[in-house]
Amino acid sequence: MSSATRATAESGTDSLTIVEAVRDGLYTEMSADESVMVLGEDVGKNGGVFRATEALYEEFGGDRVVDTPLAESGIVGTAIGLALSGMRPVAEMQFMGFSYPAFDQLVSHAARMRSRSHGQYSVPMVVRAPYGGGIRAPEHHSESKEAFFVHEPGLKVVSPSTPSDAKGLLIASIRDPDPVVFLEPKLLYRAFREDVPTGRYEVPLSDAAIRRTGTDVTVYTWGAMTRPSLIAADNVAEEHGIDVEVVDLRTLSPLDVETIVDSFTKTGRAAIVHEAPKTGGVGAEVATTIQEHALCYQEAPIERITGFDAPMPLHALEDYYLPQAVHIQEGILEAVAF
Amino acid sequence: MSAYDDADQHVNSEPTQLDDDPIRVLDEDGNVLPNAAVPDLSDEELLAMYEDIALARRFDQRAISLQRQGRIATYAPMTGQEGAQVATSYALDDQDWLFPTYREHAAKYVHGMSLESLLKPLRGIREGYAIPDDVNVMPEYIPIATQLPQAMGMAWGQQLQGQTDSAVLCHFGDGATSEGDFHEGLNFAGVFDVPAVFVCNNNQWAISVPRDRQTASETIAQKAAAYGLEGVRVDGLDPLAMYAVTRDALAKAKNPTGDERRPTLIEAVQYRYGAHTTADDPSVYREEDEADAWRQKDPLDRLRNYLSAEGILDEAVDAEIDDRVDAQIDDALATVEAVETDPERIFEHVYEEMPERLREQRDELLALRDKYGDDAFSEVLE
Repeated sequence: MSSATRATAESGTDSLTIVEAVRDGLYTEMSADESVMVLGEDVGKNGGVFRATEALYEEFGGDRVVDTPLAESGIVGTAIGLALSGMRPVAEMQFMGFSYPAFDQLVSHAARMRSRSHGQYSVPMVVRAPYGGGIRAPEHHSESKEAFFVHEPGLKVVSPSTPSDAKGLLIASIRDPDPVVFLEPKLLYRAFREDVPTGRYEVPLSDAAIRRTGTDVTVYTWGAMTRPSLIAADNVAEEHGIDVEVVDLRTLSPLDVETIVDSFTKTGRAAIVHEAPKTGGVGAEVATTIQEHALCYQEAPIERITGFDAPMPLHALEDYYLPQAVHIQEGILEAVAF
Repeated sequence: MSAYDDADQHVNSEPTQLDDDPIRVLDEDGNVLPNAAVPDLSDEELLAMYEDIALARRFDQRAISLQRQGRIATYAPMTGQEGAQVATSYALDDQDWLFPTYREHAAKYVHGMSLESLLKPLRGIREGYAIPDDVNVMPEYIPIATQLPQAMGMAWGQQLQGQTDSAVLCHFGDGATSEGDFHEGLNFAGVFDVPAVFVCNNNQWAISVPRDRQTASETIAQKAAAYGLEGVRVDGLDPLAMYAVTRDALAKAKNPTGDERRPTLIEAVQYRYGAHTTADDPSVYREEDEADAWRQKDPLDRLRNYLSAEGILDEAVDAEIDDRVDAQIDDALATVEAVETDPERIFEHVYEEMPERLREQRDELLALRDKYGDDAFSEVLE
């Protein structure tokens, strides 16, 4: 596992879930920097609908942990203004599926304030949003539309899959001089614990992580799909003797082209896994990146194992929609059999 | 909160004396207030309205319990708001359109949707969103305030096509008044003077954020003035007042007199007794005795007291109603729990005609299911 973390002063670890690691990251940065503030719907007294901001209101007060009116465009637009004034706002969208009213503020303004002002103004802000399916949520609560944001120049897009990455990537996002859309896979919020370094450290927004090394085929994935990808890799190793490398992209924009290409030049075969719909998904970008840089190494068509080009169904059928280990195994076998 | 408390001081005065005083017909005990006009409903209609409110109350209790048992997923409770929901739908004619939120279970039921159709989505079955041809109800809107511009557009379109006998009624909560779509929808409605009635179910809380952190306006009804609409503040826990005001607003929308404007913004002053949804714990952000105070104004109790005093309802009839609503809910639940949905449903109704790429994706899924069985499709959730 690649670990590009830069731990600072304090040493030691805490055993945390992803949602606790997000909270720890916020707490750590708010303690270190008075300009960092949190705003959104229910983030204050309620501690966020997923409790990602729990106890921050009591610790830092209502001026730095702000319950706003229910208005996503207002929240993000305000955060842009706060950032322009010298604050470092972290805005929460309650669910990614509710971020669309803020889309105009994000793509028309946050993303291009730097280029529009010819470098005079920048918008160092983070928009956090839980995303993805698998928790039996109502309609619009299970969206995985990272491609919307990846397509917009000027935004960075991050999606952690482990607690230590969640904290380190969030701190790096807050410190980043550009606007970052920070997508949290809510299926994993409380799925497992991991030892997370205490204190302040960053996981850079430039490096993918190799979760499993292998030589026969590379699986590229991110967020909640990292786990079934690792299960599938173990299964095909056991049943078919196939040696799979699993690359967790972690930052979707900008992509870590070097790690993507290096892995592919080693294996020559790729399966890309995401839960978002297939058409126009980030998987298409990864596949093209491979072909641009490593066509001569390619030994098989690149497989995509994704959600369908249909809306995420209500929960009775959502586990048929989400890529499962069996889907991923099939994709790996296809890539290898060619 | 405060606006309602202030209004309480005027509880025995003329219902429309002050602009920000909610209109009432019944006092908290169900007595008709002096100078209040009881709406022109027959005894049978009043009894039916009472039974529907009782059904809604029971449905809500059962749904919360079913969620706790894991038999349905996240549910948005409506206790406290059933009176306004049922009464506003009683004010609709069949040809009028209803734009509900995720909490308007009773409003949808009264305007023609079945109990089964309400329960299916809660079981994760999208087929429950199917709307019969003769029912003018839109699917529930889960994003906040998005339905207002659409409701305006529906009303406008009907007007453009000369359908002057139908209007549109659009529900939303107090939180929705913060969203841009609220302002855009009402502004358009005013500019194009469309036959629409906008009902704000001001239940005082948008999850954890109280009304006074949503808006610095003294009332929500007063926001109507900014868009050139009529704004009316009503006691949302008084079903007879809600019926009368909505009925008048719909009549004006279809057939205004003089220089009256067609659209109306109704602020139904009420309270969400319970949680925002079954995923929410209100004890984190509000005091329980606040809910207790509002329970003293309960719509079901008030209407029961009124009907009893009028000799329309007695204990025996009330007991029959209780049995009947329980049986209805039991039947609907049994039907819905027997429904099994099929993975092919994922691919239906995305487009009128299924594109080739979707057909291929469907066939791949079905082949994978044949090969590995259904158990292989639960690993992500484990």
